[in-house]
Amino acid sequence: MAWETVIGLEVHVQLATKSKLFSGSATTFGAEPNTQANVFDLALPGTLPVLNGEALRMAVKFGLAIGAHIGKKSVFDRKNYFYPDLPKGYQTSQLDHPIVGKGSLTITLDDGTSRTIGVTRAHLEEDAGKSLHELFPNDTGIDLNRAGTPLLEIVSEPELRSAKEAVAYLKKLHSLILYLGISDGDMSQGSMRCDANVSVRQQGDSKFGTRAEIKNINSFRFVEKAILIEAQRQIDILEDGGRIIQETRLYDPDRNETRSMRSKEVANDYRYFPEPDLLPVVIDDAFIAAVKTTLPELPDLKSQRFQSHYGLSEYDADVLSADRATADFFEVVANACGDAKLSANWVMGDLQSVLHKSELDIAHSPVSAHALADLISRIKDNTISSKIAKTVFEAMVNGEGSADTIIESKGLKQVTDSGAIEKLIDTIIAANPKQLEQYRSGQDKVFTFFVGQVMKESKGKANPAQVNDILLNKLKK
Amino acid sequence: MTSEMTPKMNDALKQGVAELARSLARKDFTSVELTRAYLERIDQHNPQLNAYVTVTGEQALVQAQAADQARAAGTAAPYAGIPFAHKDIFCTSGVRTACGSRMLDNFIAPYDATVVEKMRQAGMVMLGKTNMDEFAMGSSNETSWYGPVKNPWNHTLVPGGSSGGSAAAVAAHLCPAATATDTGGSIRQPASFCGLTGIKPTYGRISRWGMIAFASSLDQAGVLTRSAEDAAILMQMMSGFDPKDSTSVDVPVPDYLATLDQPLKGLRIGLPKQHFAVGLNPEVEKQIRAALSEFEKQGAVLKEISLDNSHLSVSAYYVLAPAEASANLSRYDGVRFGYRCDKPVDLEDMYKRTRGEGFGDEVKRRIMIGTYALSAGYYDAYYIKAQKVRRLIKDDFDRAFREVDVIMGPTSPHTAFPLGSKTKDPVTMYLEDIYTIAVNLAGLPGLSVPAGLVNGLPIGLQIVGRDFSEAQLLNLAHRFQQATDWHTHTPGV
Amino acid sequence: MALELKDIAYIAHLARLQLGAAEQSEALSRITNILSMIDQMQAVDTAGVEPLAHGFDASQRLRDDVVTETNQRDLLLKLAPSVDQGLFLVPKVLE
Repeated sequence: MAWETVIGLEVHVQLATKSKLFSGSATTFGAEPNTQANVFDLALPGTLPVLNGEALRMAVKFGLAIGAHIGKKSVFDRKNYFYPDLPKGYQTSQLDHPIVGKGSLTITLDDGTSRTIGVTRAHLEEDAGKSLHELFPNDTGIDLNRAGTPLLEIVSEPELRSAKEAVAYLKKLHSLILYLGISDGDMSQGSMRCDANVSVRQQGDSKFGTRAEIKNINSFRFVEKAILIEAQRQIDILEDGGRIIQETRLYDPDRNETRSMRSKEVANDYRYFPEPDLLPVVIDDAFIAAVKTTLPELPDLKSQRFQSHYGLSEYDADVLSADRATADFFEVVANACGDAKLSANWVMGDLQSVLHKSELDIAHSPVSAHALADLISRIKDNTISSKIAKTVFEAMVNGEGSADTIIESKGLKQVTDSGAIEKLIDTIIAANPKQLEQYRSGQDKVFTFFVGQVMKESKGKANPAQVNDILLNKLKK
Repeated sequence: MTSEMTPKMNDALKQGVAELARSLARKDFTSVELTRAYLERIDQHNPQLNAYVTVTGEQALVQAQAADQARAAGTAAPYAGIPFAHKDIFCTSGVRTACGSRMLDNFIAPYDATVVEKMRQAGMVMLGKTNMDEFAMGSSNETSWYGPVKNPWNHTLVPGGSSGGSAAAVAAHLCPAATATDTGGSIRQPASFCGLTGIKPTYGRISRWGMIAFASSLDQAGVLTRSAEDAAILMQMMSGFDPKDSTSVDVPVPDYLATLDQPLKGLRIGLPKQHFAVGLNPEVEKQIRAALSEFEKQGAVLKEISLDNSHLSVSAYYVLAPAEASANLSRYDGVRFGYRCDKPVDLEDMYKRTRGEGFGDEVKRRIMIGTYALSAGYYDAYYIKAQKVRRLIKDDFDRAFREVDVIMGPTSPHTAFPLGSKTKDPVTMYLEDIYTIAVNLAGLPGLSVPAGLVNGLPIGLQIVGRDFSEAQLLNLAHRFQQATDWHTHTPGV
Repeated sequence: MALELKDIAYIAHLARLQLGAAEQSEALSRITNILSMIDQMQAVDTAGVEPLAHGFDASQRLRDDVVTETNQRDLLLKLAPSVDQGLFLVPKVLE
């Protein structure tokens, strides 16, 4: 029996607005409990919601970025249920008339193939507060700082067919929301949360199997593992002749298994109805056009431009364009020094290394784009070799100054005087008659010995290309 | 304690808001004297009437003193220092706001409703918070945790509801005016039962920020007074756009006093035939028709109209209001404020007993009806159906207003009924609002003026206008009051 | 569509209301009564009629994304029945 996994993902993205969706409370992460919760957030009697325009614009921005239909008239609804971190006893969300309709996201898999995954809809809703179960022996503590923070819930069509595809979709979504600047997408802090709807069916079957919803998975890795283990669980049950129950499950990363949530005996009847304290949200073409002007060049288009304009390989272009800040940095470097390939290598290689090690993002790079461009220019104009450049770069990272300053102070200028190099080579050859004999008798590998000696003697400053040419010549004799 | 009740102050207690402004300006008495007199009278009569739940004597005197000082310095606002009362549905910072419920008996509001802020800015002196049906659900003020309110005209009768406390207080001269709210008739019907002028403006005219929600799309604040002129003064203070309320409408507030005297020649008055049919007490009808002829004398033309779907208004209302209320009242859960049951065993127990004990029977019933109407399988048949009926009712009014300028009729089918007489059968209670409910469903402004006495008890004439026609309604009420004296009748207490 | 006691129990549960046995039967009879009044609506034909949510036709106003609120924890937590370490306390919830 060949089984196929069917996955739909519901991703909740916390929008990076300064204030909450319906109140003017701050949204900064990590504040002391209940210091960012006003009378509305606490659902005190008589309080009322007013919609944050920026949250609306961010939602529309997302919709435009995935080519989705934008709901010109969207409606907020009350989703009713009781839980202590839900102060009003209902969540204001959107049911039948979401702000964003059907769109799509193109994902690239490890093997380089791409698939277009449908996005059913995206809507705005308020986040709930936090329940802290571990602090008190007999009580749960409720922190409402997070209550009312704007969320964008993005629902995919059930078109994903493997755990890997799910992760690719999630990563693409993550990169996109960072690109758009609508969220910091930090899964560990909860700015992006993923629920996975997983079901299995026989290959070739057109009907969907019963699905289970796995809630609140908070890392890409766990998403993959949770889907795999859940699919297996379902396959095992079905192969044993059992039935899948439609239910909500939690993924336990320690045990790598999914567990049925201690669910309410009666299924939740949310009793949705339109929010009477809000009016329908009506936006016109001008509003949408204004949001459109704030759209950055999106990753796919940027990558293509990098390939056509800068002549980068698809791989390099994709890597650089995946993060907007990195892409922008690269372009500054490339335009300043005129060598796209070298710029790409340095940004993706040495710079990324440094950033990764110091856990910095490119916005906090110790070496600015222009400074890096200067360094690359010195390679191009033969002032220094690529190898020496690495030493210079290290010094730049340490804050020792610009490329020129360091080259000067450390005397790292490349020796390009052929006469001097020739002289040096003559000295080395004269000092190593044995190796000369070995080379001339056919041991080509000895060549690198000579190169090494020359470089050592010149303290790395001899221009490697020239060394190569002159040495070859001299040794030929 | 020496009594404030000199003949002069006794007289002062009979004055309405407009007159008091003149008296204070003339320095006939001070605001502190006036406030003391009211507080004494409240002390004397409130135990029988139960109109006030909280009396804010100390605060009132502080406010009165500030008004007197401002007046002495020549910087007083025109109505500064005039006492009044707030229905206990408006959040008043630092003062208990209980909404007639055990659930909020210990709730000291940490902020002011917009209406409260506006009254404070006008310099008005708050005497206290008035009794009301629990969470505004009622038509007789018999569902309050603080006990029923008595009609000052006859203590065995109800004052009407849900703003029964405000109505009784104004009618018994325990304040010259009081704020109130109206979701299905809760200002107009008590006005009718107590011989007062009560106005519920267009939905969106007055801010709902800080006004404890019952049914969000129907609730509207208003005022109960003893004259149209007083109502105009208070409406002026309370009205206006509020960015904190998404349903607040940004329409300029006209000068309501400026147009009070406008002649009404040529005015077309529509009389809905459904409001003059079976169920209307014949004596009441007689008084209403007599009142209507007053308008004819002044040049108005009467015309019979039909509000075809009138008979469905109570049904639609009793789906929509409870549905919205069922969600609005979910926040009362014992977690962040208000009542919490004793020694909850677990979370479910805490929710169920807190809400079971904190809410009264009528509130629980309406929450259940609302929950049912919204539940899976019933949403279309009840909630959506009711909203469609609401559209039909609004269309009826729109059609009517193409032929007439205002609509008039009885506010209530009869005079005030005895306490306890309708508490057994909810439907008969609900039918109390048969003439008023449709106005809330359509979001239109409605006013009730005293229009006669039947067996010594007051009855009211309801006047309904187009959106934002409050100035016209007040004008008509004022003209009526210049030609008649029903509004000057007050009970002996 | 006649309501039964079990329906009352279910609705009361959805609404988190504790009702005693007497209260439940009282609620059943009154609510049944009210529902038959409400059912009068079914007689009218509303095919093609648009539901009306508010008395007026207007659209939602948008708020600027500005922080306008300050820390009011001390003031607001005073209202609560049970607090500790700046948190609202409820009987422990088992997930």
